[in-house]
Amino acid sequence: MDRILFGDNQFFGVNHMSEEKARIQAMRFQDINSVIEVLDDANAEGIKTFMCTTHERMAEVCEHFRANKEKYAGFKFYPCMPYAHKYANAAAELGVLGAVRSFLPEGNALGALFKGGMSLARKDIEGLANLLIDAEMKMFAGLETPVIFLQNVATDFLLGLGFDEAFRIFADCVRERYQAEPGFITMNAPLLLARLEKCGIENPIICANINKIGFRMCGGMPAYEAMFDEGRCRLVAMSVFASGALPPQEALEYVCRFPKIESIVFGASSRRNIAQTKRLIDQLTPA
Amino acid sequence: MLRAGIIGLGKMGLSHQSMVNAHPEIQLMAVCDSSAYILDVLSKYTGVKTYTNYKEMLDREPLDCVFVATPSKYHVEIVAAALDRNLHVFCEKPFGLEPQSALQLASVAAQKHLVNQVGYHYRFVAAFNEAKRLLDQNVLGKLHHVRAEAYGPVVVRPKGSTWRSQKSEGGGCLFDYACHAIDLVNYLVGRPIAVSGTVFNSVFSKDVDDEIYSTLHFSDGFHGQLATNWSDESFRKMSVKLSFWGTNGRINVDRQEIQIYLRALPAADLGFVKGWNVRYTTELTQPVWFYVRGEEYSAQIDHFVQTIKSGGTAISSFQSASDASIVAAMMREDATKPYTTFEGSGTYLPSAGGMEPQAQTAGSRIRKLFGRAK
Repeated sequence: MDRILFGDNQFFGVNHMSEEKARIQAMRFQDINSVIEVLDDANAEGIKTFMCTTHERMAEVCEHFRANKEKYAGFKFYPCMPYAHKYANAAAELGVLGAVRSFLPEGNALGALFKGGMSLARKDIEGLANLLIDAEMKMFAGLETPVIFLQNVATDFLLGLGFDEAFRIFADCVRERYQAEPGFITMNAPLLLARLEKCGIENPIICANINKIGFRMCGGMPAYEAMFDEGRCRLVAMSVFASGALPPQEALEYVCRFPKIESIVFGASSRRNIAQTKRLIDQLTPA
Repeated sequence: MLRAGIIGLGKMGLSHQSMVNAHPEIQLMAVCDSSAYILDVLSKYTGVKTYTNYKEMLDREPLDCVFVATPSKYHVEIVAAALDRNLHVFCEKPFGLEPQSALQLASVAAQKHLVNQVGYHYRFVAAFNEAKRLLDQNVLGKLHHVRAEAYGPVVVRPKGSTWRSQKSEGGGCLFDYACHAIDLVNYLVGRPIAVSGTVFNSVFSKDVDDEIYSTLHFSDGFHGQLATNWSDESFRKMSVKLSFWGTNGRINVDRQEIQIYLRALPAADLGFVKGWNVRYTTELTQPVWFYVRGEEYSAQIDHFVQTIKSGGTAISSFQSASDASIVAAMMREDATKPYTTFEGSGTYLPSAGGMEPQAQTAGSRIRKLFGRAK
């Protein structure tokens, strides 16, 4: 994985600090060309990986990247699935099973639909998971997706339930069907790592909040810092600025103190911010 | 270790199961739901014991407490059965669609000294608690107005077939969204003694209300307004915002941040400056042992556990939830009252009375008052 990954929260009205800022961002990025402009800025600054939610609007971005292959040579996507609010809103409207059904493929993919029906009836979670993952991955067809992440709401929900088999199913599907590495986003990294190891997923890619103030680092700072040193997993640090609670220099000094943290993902809306953050990370990263 | 059971495995029940199962002081003994499919999957992959009949689960399992997350209309019956077996109870909101049944359960639980809690999770959001702390210290001086707003994208199309869209099942914006805003108002400034000018309106739903507006009147002489709408797609998820106006300034608060405008500094040094002060969730929120979908969901479960261990009353008790049901009932009643209109000479029109508040369309009351056919 690259040292620096570009994140997408700013594009979809997600701001953990302020709803007003989130709305302003949602307005600015309503036009997908504004999203693409910022991605072009990141690309120009040498950030070649976009870690993005499988939000339906991302399909337009994917389309643009497919149409301009030469311009984006070497550019990679790390899809993060599922876009949880899509499922949560559908569950409120259609019930839990209804929501799952509503996201299975339809239209001329009759075979897939049938298979989905069969998967539902036989409680064949593996078959069902494959279909749902395929549905989420459809928009990335023809693009490089070397790492595919399970979103934290899904990871942590399954982790709490003790549904460990789901992690293996996800990992197998991603490896076999997409020749990609599975990644897991979580707010409970120490517990997740122990569980992944227990179900045979060695040296997993884990993306977790890693910031100096311990914001959403469940399990406690000592357990996290032990993880940073042990090297039993490949870590991606997210929320390094704790949603803006930390000044950039101080925030990045903390993360860069741990050489085994492989990557840092951050989102920004302007070329200046992207360049500044990248320069800081480059400076603070031990050679 | 507290031995727990969960009844109802929809969106909320499953999310509770994840957090309950991860809690170091709870042993999840069994779960119960009417969907055999969900139960089979959970049993096969997580090994949890399952039931389709909650009474059977309550009779057979040695439980200390139970989490009830069924559709609202079953809450009263199931909570009563759990209290009857001397179990501590965590029940999803709205907890009793009628105040009488809610108050009765609150009284039974209190008599039996059983811990009772309702899932009004906004009471566990750090920013709202910060607002409560500041209001309790009267930093705004004498309050004169409060505004409570809740918006989100639950019903954004004329379809939907779950219990949330059925009036008889406790569906509608009143019990899903408005009751959260009502409960927060009750929590922060006390329950309004009266309501007026209530409007229930259907935007997309056939059978239930999608938006509710009401004026609130408090015993201290201040007043407030409630505005809730679950058919607002411009919000990514439910968003609750409260604003308070007092003689010394203003507070705006939502899940992410609290903005405080002070005309004069309070006597106690609270670290504020004159004018605007902003505090964010990142600095206010306490860490939780396990995070799935927001600290408040984890925190309310831990609070239930700690209250059982230490005794005492939960922050969101059956009693306080009954207060939310009382305000909801006042609003339903108030919505049947006639509008005030101006008819030439300025005569106030007599009451038409008896209108069903839910699912009426805007203006239907006026038509009725004037006796015009559609």
